[in-house]
Amino acid sequence: MRFAMSAEQRSFGDALTGLLTASDVPAANRAWAAGDDTAGLRLWEKLAELGVTALVVPEEAGGIDGTPLDLAVAFECLGHHGVPGPWIESVALAPSLLAGTKHHDVLADVAEGSARVTIAAPPLAPYALDAGSATHVFLLEADTLSPARSTRALTSVDPSRRLQAVEADGPREILADDAVARGLDLATLACSASLVGTGERLLRDSVTYVGQRRQFGRVIGEYQAIKHALADVRVALDFARPLVHGAARGLESGDDDATRDVSAAKVAATDAAHLAARTALQVHGAIGYTMEHDLSIWILRARALAGAWGSTSHHRGRVLDHLMRS
Amino acid sequence: MSLDFTEHEEAFRAEARAWLAEHSPGRLPSMDTTDGAAAHREWEKKLASGRWSVVAWPEQYGGREVSLTEWVIFEEEYYLSGAPTRITQNGISLLAPIIFEHGTPEQQQRFLPAMADGTDVWAQAWSEPEAGSDLAGIRSTATRDEARGGWVLNGQKTWSSRAPYADRGFGLFRSDPAAERHRGLTYFLFPLTADGITVRPIPQLDGDPGFAEIFFDDVFVPDADVLGGAGDGWRVAMSTAGNERGLSLRAPGRFMAAADRLLDLWRERGDETPTLRDDVVDAWIGARAYQFYTWGTVDRLQDGGDMGAAGSVNKLFWSDLDVDLHETGLALLGADQELRGEAAPNGGRWMDDYLFSLSGPIYAGTNEIQRNIVAERILGLPRGEKRS
Ligand SMILES: Cc1cc2nc3c(=O)[nH]c(=O)nc-3n(C[C@H](O)[C@H](O)[C@H](O)COP(=O)(O)OP(=O)(O)OC[C@H]3O[C@@H](n4cnc5c(N)ncnc54)[C@H](O)[C@@H]3O)c2cc1C
Repeated sequence: MRFAMSAEQRSFGDALTGLLTASDVPAANRAWAAGDDTAGLRLWEKLAELGVTALVVPEEAGGIDGTPLDLAVAFECLGHHGVPGPWIESVALAPSLLAGTKHHDVLADVAEGSARVTIAAPPLAPYALDAGSATHVFLLEADTLSPARSTRALTSVDPSRRLQAVEADGPREILADDAVARGLDLATLACSASLVGTGERLLRDSVTYVGQRRQFGRVIGEYQAIKHALADVRVALDFARPLVHGAARGLESGDDDATRDVSAAKVAATDAAHLAARTALQVHGAIGYTMEHDLSIWILRARALAGAWGSTSHHRGRVLDHLMRS
Repeated sequence: MSLDFTEHEEAFRAEARAWLAEHSPGRLPSMDTTDGAAAHREWEKKLASGRWSVVAWPEQYGGREVSLTEWVIFEEEYYLSGAPTRITQNGISLLAPIIFEHGTPEQQQRFLPAMADGTDVWAQAWSEPEAGSDLAGIRSTATRDEARGGWVLNGQKTWSSRAPYADRGFGLFRSDPAAERHRGLTYFLFPLTADGITVRPIPQLDGDPGFAEIFFDDVFVPDADVLGGAGDGWRVAMSTAGNERGLSLRAPGRFMAAADRLLDLWRERGDETPTLRDDVVDAWIGARAYQFYTWGTVDRLQDGGDMGAAGSVNKLFWSDLDVDLHETGLALLGADQELRGEAAPNGGRWMDDYLFSLSGPIYAGTNEIQRNIVAERILGLPRGEKRS
């Protein structure tokens, strides 16, 4: 039995971290929010070169047929660095949805990094992220997929999430149930991993800050009220990640319980990221309450993702339904 | 479970499951009563007869020398079978690792087999009235008696679990009166029936005497019952404080079994209090998280890593989970929640287990102390004003 990540998965994560640390992602995130895609698209290309966009695209479609755990590793990094764009939609969801359709050849372009797909999937994700700049826009209603076009721009609490309301605009195709279920599970998994990364970033930046900020003649990190609050964040994140990885392993082996575990992961990751965000804001004081401070990128991201791909209430319901059946 | 266990591991699981299904007595009366203690000892004998009492130990001491993975598998099966909590736990998980590491071959021979089959139940005697979280404040003394070849113990220990019905104790005493704090302490093993020892049982919140005060009045202990070197007690005690088989890696089977009981209760009574849905689900999610987390820890330890300060993260999680889970169970019982004993739902198990869970955030290092450790050793926050 092995639960831990493989050496390859660890070095893949290290490579992503290296790239993203060296790129000024917060600047790209802010530019993206302001409608300037240049830096964000450059990041997209670089991440594609490392294989992120090809992760779960089948080999015959130009992908690398990686595992859901690979996806979780990548999305934790994307979340940690605040990378903007329709990553969940293109990289986690599109491969399952498009594979059996007449749009399947889009996947080769997704894998290569030249296509950016966005998909609205009401009710879990009713609006399409970045529909204005994606190369392909789809609408998934129950088991029906259609090309779509935007009707109206909406504003998210996270300015880098540029949402659009969309409507069907092209021939519909009925998808196989398991393609839809798997796609949505992978999207939820990716979102959960992203939330864990978001929480980790909030914790890291908070630890740095409380080690520097002085009040009453000492760094505030010496105060037990601060220490204990941050320790609780450490615990919450340390127990959310194994659920994400456990769910990923279940999806990989086609386990019946995997769907339930994906939902459990979303609940725990959302709660942990939320605790991280609340705590980070509190230990930063007023500076954390500004848009100017980069902390806002992750505080607002944690809030936005809490409802995306299913709220905690939705996912708790799914967990319970599954448990009551078994 | 979606993890790929080896054939060998699956076979081990099947063997454990089959044996437990045949022999587990189910719930026994509280081990902190005369009859309950006897019944629990009986069960330990039975476990030992099937070589299931200390599966991770070497065969010569009654074990099967199984891997850490298999140990966790055994614990899962143990709790799923509904078998009782272990009266020998303090000895097996807190003392035995130290005897393996620091004991002489003679001590290993003398103490381990009797611990493995429940002949000797051990009580831990560390805390004192003035030494709780600040354990280095120990005042009980050990005075050298060269003529008799040993030491004379004086002082008082307290909160010693199982001591009212146990046979032997282990504890730290100040053997160098001039030394302070962590220095000059020695680790002693002693029979609780020794001349000069008085055990005063203390009823816990559930009414049963689960721990005791132990008074030492000129108690002689021969050199053969010193564990590790004289004056080296702190280092010896701490060498396995984060031991993976100790309390820090508490097997997930226990919480999964409790979460399953909670789901059964929800099936029966959920309709009456639908607002408890989220709490029920969160308890199950917590148990599942603990299970996955443990498998990750097992991998790390088997790869040669150690528990380190992560033991504190672990303890914070399970102790809070245990309380929350049982509070949810009680909430589902409505007005019946306060009942105890036979008339209570499930024989009073929800309240019994809840009362026990309440001590989790206190023993084995309080949760405040654990949060200090996580903040300072894992997050790297400054220690601030000097504590030693
Ligand atoms: C059920 C049970 C079984 C036990 N079994 C045993 C046993 O078998 N053997 C044994 O030796 N002991 C045993 N103990 C004792 C246990 O180890 C102590 O209770 C524990 O170490 C705390 O010590 P204390 O009770 O004196 O509390 P104190 O140390 O007095 O603590 C009181 C409160 O102050 C807080 N506090 C103390 N220091 C700090 C600090 N630096 N920062 C923040 N907060 C702080 C604590 O967290 C706690 O909330 C048991 C206790 C219980 C409840």
